[in-house]
Amino acid sequence: MKILIRQGRVVDPANGTDEVRDLYIEKGVVAESARQIQKGADTVIEAAGRIVLPGLIDMHVHLREPGREDKETIETGTRAALRGGVTTVLAMPNTDPPMDTVDHVHWLMDVVRKTAAARVLVSGTMTRGRRGEDAVTAAELQKAGVVALTDDGSSVENIEVMQEVLRQAKEAGLLVICHSEDKTLAGRGVVNLGYMSTCLGLRGIPREAEFKRVERDIELAGMTGCPVHIAHVSCRESIDIIWRAKNKQIRVTADTAPHYFSLSEEALANYDTNFKVNPPLRTAEDVAAIRGGLKDGTLDCIASDHAPHTENEKEIEFERAAFGVVGLETELAVAVTELVEKRVLTWSQLAERLCVNPARILGCGRGDLKVGAPADIAIVDPAASWTVRGEEFASKSRNSAFLGRTLKGYVTHTIRDGKVVFTR
Amino acid sequence: MKTKSDWTRKDLLGLEPLTREELELILATAESFKEVIGRTVKKVPALRGKTVVNLFYEPSTRTRVSFEVAAKRLSADVINIATEESSVRKGETLIDTGRNIEALKVDIIVVRHNCSGAAAMLARHMRASVINAGDGWHEHPTQALLDMLTLKEKLGRLDGIRVSIVGDIAHSRVARSNIWGLTRMGAEVTVCAPPLLIPPAIERMGVRVTPKIEEALDGADAVNVLRMQFERDSGDAFPKQLEYFKTYGITLERLKNAKKGILVMHPGPINRGIEMASDVADGANSVILEQVTNGIAVRMAVFFLVAQANEFINQKGATKK
Repeated sequence: MKILIRQGRVVDPANGTDEVRDLYIEKGVVAESARQIQKGADTVIEAAGRIVLPGLIDMHVHLREPGREDKETIETGTRAALRGGVTTVLAMPNTDPPMDTVDHVHWLMDVVRKTAAARVLVSGTMTRGRRGEDAVTAAELQKAGVVALTDDGSSVENIEVMQEVLRQAKEAGLLVICHSEDKTLAGRGVVNLGYMSTCLGLRGIPREAEFKRVERDIELAGMTGCPVHIAHVSCRESIDIIWRAKNKQIRVTADTAPHYFSLSEEALANYDTNFKVNPPLRTAEDVAAIRGGLKDGTLDCIASDHAPHTENEKEIEFERAAFGVVGLETELAVAVTELVEKRVLTWSQLAERLCVNPARILGCGRGDLKVGAPADIAIVDPAASWTVRGEEFASKSRNSAFLGRTLKGYVTHTIRDGKVVFTR
Repeated sequence: MKTKSDWTRKDLLGLEPLTREELELILATAESFKEVIGRTVKKVPALRGKTVVNLFYEPSTRTRVSFEVAAKRLSADVINIATEESSVRKGETLIDTGRNIEALKVDIIVVRHNCSGAAAMLARHMRASVINAGDGWHEHPTQALLDMLTLKEKLGRLDGIRVSIVGDIAHSRVARSNIWGLTRMGAEVTVCAPPLLIPPAIERMGVRVTPKIEEALDGADAVNVLRMQFERDSGDAFPKQLEYFKTYGITLERLKNAKKGILVMHPGPINRGIEMASDVADGANSVILEQVTNGIAVRMAVFFLVAQANEFINQKGATKK
């Protein structure tokens, strides 16, 4: 299949490109990139006025399979990804059973081969059963094909176990992704500790629960020399700590999720559980700090932390409801609305956070549109506004923090390995 | 009585969102109902044909009875549902329970629940009016309204009066509702508790904070003493009972240094000898039993106002169709 994308604004920061061009796609790769291409194609996409991006790489996605196929499956989750312009996801390993053995990983990769609509990278757990007690054998999991280790959803409390994980991961060449949360400090909290928790009469999670653990995880990264990636950064202090570590040449990277750069704890005034996330929504100053961190590059990536839940687990009393929101189908639009439209990031900077940096951190290739690169592409209409409706999601779950919100920018085409896999 | 058009809310979930005018309207309506409950025939037909359900997920006698009496004084039918006997124990969700109750064509659901925000959640899913009878640590609006009615009767006004709330502020819905209601009416509110029981940033709600009981009593027109729930199994840090009484208990000795005639209030039930000495509870400063009577009047007013507003909303909905 030959595809010609005509006169789109190609934003490809990995190659220093941000200009109107034609792209010619053949045999699954970008075959030609030029001001104008006069060649026959099976499909011609008129992209004038649109943005042509490398396919998004979302390094924090809960696909829930195996174990909670009522919330999401590899198939539905990856179809949701394509609707959001995401062509590669990193599947989180906190499934049931978790991805803590070679057998489990092989099983999952088989399901991926059979059912995934987007490219799925697999991560393994740090510890057996995610219990934080004994480290997995990183080398085996690496051989089985995982690209990162994480106990996402929990942090490894035991410092010796954590060191062991980092030593093994370094040896095996695996990235370690940290869910940095001190559960002793977080306690049974459900919202940010502060004025809002006081007004709402809900148990608070202190900011220290996050940044103290970020501090520890980074110290261990420095000690062991293993690269760590801090997931879903939500507060100002964490950004300062990460910034200082980067200046000290410690190999640390970090991401944040769309809800942390667009929503503050004030959103919780009506106890809407679609704003119940972990870490919790913080203050307006934190939102500003997160935007600053994205702008200056302290935060390398945007990742959705797509966390589907059924209505039974969300439409209940606030303190009993599950943490987490879906995000694959809205992340690009939220970023366009909150970051590009508000001039926090240029398109090129946004593509770095959504495509280039995650590709670099995961070492998975892609994230760029140079000639010869696999043709994973998202075409975006930046001016189109649309209203988020749960009924339209490809995801099995509808627990979005942006339901009813009007957002700017939607994906008109998603191309994966040279095939148009989604159009709107 | 003012006209019904001043009140447009179908539910009463808390005092935080209410304007001064809305609070004044409830209190004025309550004053006129208070006259009714003083009569020999203590009943008016205002809610005849309407059904009120008391849905209580926490054990409570006084609040439930107060709502029940208030509804009966307005000629409504009352059904009481307590967790022990309901399907809640079989795992039914709050929303499902609410929908089932609504399917019985009830008009008003009074809900008490141990989770903050439960009343708000229920109200979002119900066409029936929802009255919050206490949700977790969040709000207990009718308790604060009856406190305010009592203060207004005794002191003649709310604007400019000084009220201190003493006790477990952090876990108290009574404290939060009183703070919102009183500050909106122009009262000066002080909260007093051991530092562990003061929630973060509470000053932003417009109150003064002190850990010293003497400071809280000094110059106050009234002191509202909260029930200390030492049985609370929350895992949160908590002071010892006797130590609490020594440091914070309201005694005649402590009242001697307070303003003469300071009003002593308590939402009940009292822990005698823990937050308050017996001779204070039964003494000249105590208005505790008057609070109970005012509870009926305030709850009648709330029933009356939300029922009218909901009727108006449903009529509008009907004509639209």
